[in-house]
Amino acid sequence: MAQERKKRRACVSQGECVACGCCVKVCPVGALEVFRGLYASVSGDRCVGCGRCAGECPASVIGMQEETV
Amino acid sequence: MKKKWYDALWIASLAYLALGFFNILFAWLGLLCFFIPLFIAVAKGTKGYCNRYCGRGQLLSLLGGRLGLSRKRDIPRWMRSKVFRYGFLVFFFVMFFQMLWNTYLVFAGAQDLGQVVTLLWTFKVPWQWAYHGTVFHAGVAQFAFGFYGVMLTSTVLGLITMALFKPRSWCVYCPMGTMTQLICRAKNGKPFREESH
Ligand code: SF4
Ligand code: SF4
Ligand code: SF4
Repeated sequence: MAQERKKRRACVSQGECVACGCCVKVCPVGALEVFRGLYASVSGDRCVGCGRCAGECPASVIGMQEETV
Repeated sequence: MKKKWYDALWIASLAYLALGFFNILFAWLGLLCFFIPLFIAVAKGTKGYCNRYCGRGQLLSLLGGRLGLSRKRDIPRWMRSKVFRYGFLVFFFVMFFQMLWNTYLVFAGAQDLGQVVTLLWTFKVPWQWAYHGTVFHAGVAQFAFGFYGVMLTSTVLGLITMALFKPRSWCVYCPMGTMTQLICRAKNGKPFREESH
């Protein structure tokens, strides 16, 4: 039987992202990248939900979300 | 997260600020911080300068992060709004052109060289101790004084918002950052979407 698990992961509000890349620099698992100078995007599989990017983001546009996987 | 050579560019930023205290003509080097980001944005369509090479961003990270000189609070919502960011970009440009106009007047002989560095577009700080004459036209020095004022002003603002908010708060409204993002948007389309997964 599949067990219901919760996973915490980062989520970028891309319309407000300034594409500075501060989050990319602090992610310990390389789960973030800045897409074409427009906004940061999170690779959901890699993100371990540590929240470092959210703390670093100068625009505070990264939220941590709980997801059921 | 192995350190690369470009992670040490904050030293160059610091050196730039320091050199302006000894000889104002070094201020010309700051043009690199204008042309390299624009070149990368236009040629490659990325914010590679911000994301990798910007020494000022690194310096703010270091002072606010490692040295703990930041309160690490959220930046107020209005400061990260598009209205403020674009408004600041326009204001910055207007002031920049005013500086270029002053330089032109000195070149044209209509105005004498002012040996001052203008801080926050208002305060004229005497700076004659960093000027030892030039073999070029006085206008060359006028541009150096003006440009150094631009760089010092943005550093001061960067330090203030670093202390009040997060270390790299300046990057939210930095005119170069806003401008390169706009160029990228013009080049790469505008695929704004909230993250869907
Ligand atoms: S929460 Fe941690 S692992 Fe996930 S993207 Fe942010 S820094 Fe990387
Ligand atoms: S740190 Fe924040 S504003 Fe900067 S690229 Fe990452 S999500 Fe965007
Ligand atoms: S936004 Fe400005 S200060 Fe920040 S990394 Fe880009 S150019 Fe440097």
